[in-house]
Amino acid sequence: MTKIDIIQNVYEKLGFSKKESSDIVESVFDIIKDSLAAGERVKISGFGNFMVKEKRARRGRNPQTGEEISITARRVLTFKSSQVLRKSLNS
Amino acid sequence: MTKNELIKKVRARCRTCSTQDIALAVKTILEAMAGALKENDRIEIRGFGTFTVRQRKSRVARNPKSGARVSLKDRRAPFFKTGKDLRARVENSR
Repeated sequence: MTKIDIIQNVYEKLGFSKKESSDIVESVFDIIKDSLAAGERVKISGFGNFMVKEKRARRGRNPQTGEEISITARRVLTFKSSQVLRKSLNS
Repeated sequence: MTKNELIKKVRARCRTCSTQDIALAVKTILEAMAGALKENDRIEIRGFGTFTVRQRKSRVARNPKSGARVSLKDRRAPFFKTGKDLRARVENSR
């Protein structure tokens, strides 16, 4: 499934035009991205939470060459699926 | 940001839409995505990330609070891999 399929779904099920459906779907992902880029947590009930986690600097290795490298402190995005979604996958 | 706040922000970008319309659109989007995962389909959103379904093996785990053993069955779990653009934006934020 890609964004096009999601847009098609919105278009078919609701009374929006193709353009409106596309704009809405784009807006949804853009707004979530902006919020996460600002370090905010995004909680979508029934689906899951997107969280920005702080990672400390550490020594790492290039798994291919074994060469030691230093990994700088950074922020990473994690997704924790909601129990509702996990249950629906296993029912 | 919660789902309701997301709905309000999307609404602010579409002057002709009612909040109810947008709430329904967001619901439809999430249902389409959950439906795809249920069918074992992967969802690829360019610039955002990819959702896939991973198979988890059965194992004996512990309730971290009580220490009691719990057995977990074979199960499917959603997995999200952040897209390159978003990863870079999050990494360098602040």
